[in-house]
Amino acid sequence: MSRADTVDDRNRTPASTTAPEPASTSTSVRTANWTWTFGLLRSELLTTFRRWRTLALLGVLAAVPVLVGIAVKIETSDGSSGGPGGGGGGGEGPAFISQVTNNGLFLVFTALAVTLPFFLPMAIGVIAGDSIAGEANAGTLRYLLVAPAGRTRLLLAKYATVMIFCLVATLVVAVSALTVGALLFPLGDLTTISGTRIGFGDGLLRALLIALVVAASLTGVAALGLFVSTLTSSGIAAMATTVGLLITVQILDQIPQLHALQPYFFSHHWLSFADLMREPVYWDDLEKNLGLQALYAAVFGSAAWARFTTRDITA
Amino acid sequence: MAPKASDDTTTGGESTGAEAEDLRLGRRKAARYIVPVTVIGVAAATIGLVPALADSGDPDLPKITAQQLLDKIAASDVQQLSGTVKISTDLGLPDLGGLESGLLSGATQGGDGSSADPSTKLTELAAGTHTLRVATDGPDRQKLSLLENAAEYSVIHNGKDLWGYDSASNEVYHSTADESSDKGSGKGGTAETPVPATPEELTEEALKAVDDTTSVTVDGTVQVAGRDAYKLLVKPKQSGSTVGAISVAVDAKTGLPLKFTLTPASGGAAVVDAGFTQVSFAKPAASTFDFTAPKGAKVTEGDEAGESAPGHSGKPGDLTKDLEGGEGVKGAEGLEGLDGLNVLGEGWTSVAVFDTGGEGMPSGAEAGGDLGGFLGSFGDKVTGKFGSGTVFSTRLINALMTDDGKVYVGAVTKDALVKAANAAK
Repeated sequence: MSRADTVDDRNRTPASTTAPEPASTSTSVRTANWTWTFGLLRSELLTTFRRWRTLALLGVLAAVPVLVGIAVKIETSDGSSGGPGGGGGGGEGPAFISQVTNNGLFLVFTALAVTLPFFLPMAIGVIAGDSIAGEANAGTLRYLLVAPAGRTRLLLAKYATVMIFCLVATLVVAVSALTVGALLFPLGDLTTISGTRIGFGDGLLRALLIALVVAASLTGVAALGLFVSTLTSSGIAAMATTVGLLITVQILDQIPQLHALQPYFFSHHWLSFADLMREPVYWDDLEKNLGLQALYAAVFGSAAWARFTTRDITA
Repeated sequence: MAPKASDDTTTGGESTGAEAEDLRLGRRKAARYIVPVTVIGVAAATIGLVPALADSGDPDLPKITAQQLLDKIAASDVQQLSGTVKISTDLGLPDLGGLESGLLSGATQGGDGSSADPSTKLTELAAGTHTLRVATDGPDRQKLSLLENAAEYSVIHNGKDLWGYDSASNEVYHSTADESSDKGSGKGGTAETPVPATPEELTEEALKAVDDTTSVTVDGTVQVAGRDAYKLLVKPKQSGSTVGAISVAVDAKTGLPLKFTLTPASGGAAVVDAGFTQVSFAKPAASTFDFTAPKGAKVTEGDEAGESAPGHSGKPGDLTKDLEGGEGVKGAEGLEGLDGLNVLGEGWTSVAVFDTGGEGMPSGAEAGGDLGGFLGSFGDKVTGKFGSGTVFSTRLINALMTDDGKVYVGAVTKDALVKAANAAK
């Protein structure tokens, strides 16, 4: 945790507690005061997105589509016809990559398929792991708790912040990919993977929908990270554990002998977002994915709540 | 520095005061962990129970005889259909992954190139579990898609055009179907593909084998893809066949086969299990069948010679049929085109014989050289009156390759195969 962050956090605490004063004068402090919750959320968002670390993470995410785009461009610039890999086997490489040269919009899908298995959840793991443990580590957690928000609401604000970061991170990848795709490759009507054609507007809509689904796919990791974060007072430990769990699950997901368990791994249905590019859309796996994410969010969210509201805050 | 929020707000909120209440508090603390545990419990119960609850027993349908049901299937005239089919094949072949489909397609296709060629691609169905989508609108327009990870392979038949599109490699295969093919698929089925993949096609193949060596019964009712269906049970009467039973769920209203299951005589999991998971008899959107090759896609035109492969007579495909579709009879028919081929016996226990004239290892397929030595490690040596040879077994098809180059293939047990070879001598 950098010195700048700490200072930032300390500055924030008194500032944000000025907002709820009218609430604390009212008789029932804990009745829902949504302005206050919103104020807490806003201050959480500001501190999170003002950190250099967050900006650096977003920068890395934005760079991935640029790299993929340039690589595809260089690879196909001499031959200029057909997808990568010539004509032979085909199908290797990340999803959708063979269509990128013909339609820049496919770079959005390729970039999301490339970043979803690792970059995106890693960024989420860092932010989520740091959310509670980082405050505890910097000694700012108890100042947050003396505010009349209550721990439950603080936790909710933290989780909402992480979810918003999921969305922002996904959109950063998508927008960066769209920009690079538009600059390097032609745009226009696109062919779905089922072979039917859809207009560019429809394609954009689906890209947005896919970005939303990808963001939703990350809520499970976010809840897991938040739970881990409530277990320890070390921000680094929480981040490392979350990212470690992520890698472990990804590895276990590759082991054929575990196929009975694999449908319950949070990363198992991640690539189902590609089903949105079928015509008609194949919802089965998408539903499974979203249901599983909701389950993870419910289990680890409530576990985080149980832990956080009963724990002794010493720092 | 400390904010002005006072102690009583936090203590009020979190009830950390009052030491006398410590015990009660401790219990309350522990009680909170009940929430995540409950969530897990409810989720586990839902996952476990919902399929059981959804399986709301077998539907009540009027009694029907096997012959009536067969007539119903024959009279079935579903012109418009769209749905999702799940097909699992477990031939008991060693899991060779890509190598296997490579060899299979090498054998059927002679190695020619485009990954979008239907006969190359659909042989992948010979192993594993796959999800297919089918759509039909009259005899002229059919579509069959093989859903892959973030990719899809589609065969689209629209009027005269037959397209194959492989989205993973962005390759297109195109051929112009000849007139006769329109008649061929006139029975309002799904696109006839080199490999029978839908329950309907599989059933058609299976029912060709129905004769006096077969017992056909109606085995109650069942619900498939939310529709009431009769269960037709087809069993070989002869012993020696590796086919245990074929069970077909026939839609009570339309007579369309909805689910096809082939269980081996040796027991265990089904060798072929193909069924609709979702089906609709509404007219599919016209855009489903529109296909124009995407910009920049590599298009392979199917020439005259290759025409039969993707199309509707489909001889090369029949080779895979005996691997895939199930019964030796049909497989034998498919093989008749080969030189020096004989069929011994009849019905379910018929055995196809052909003379490779070679050294006793497969030399017919291009892949023969590599394949031979490789397969040798899977075979069992047997001896008999015919001499000696090697038996290659799967859960359905067994093949005996004698040392003098004769090959006996059939959906029969190893013993029956040896007996047939002995008798032939």
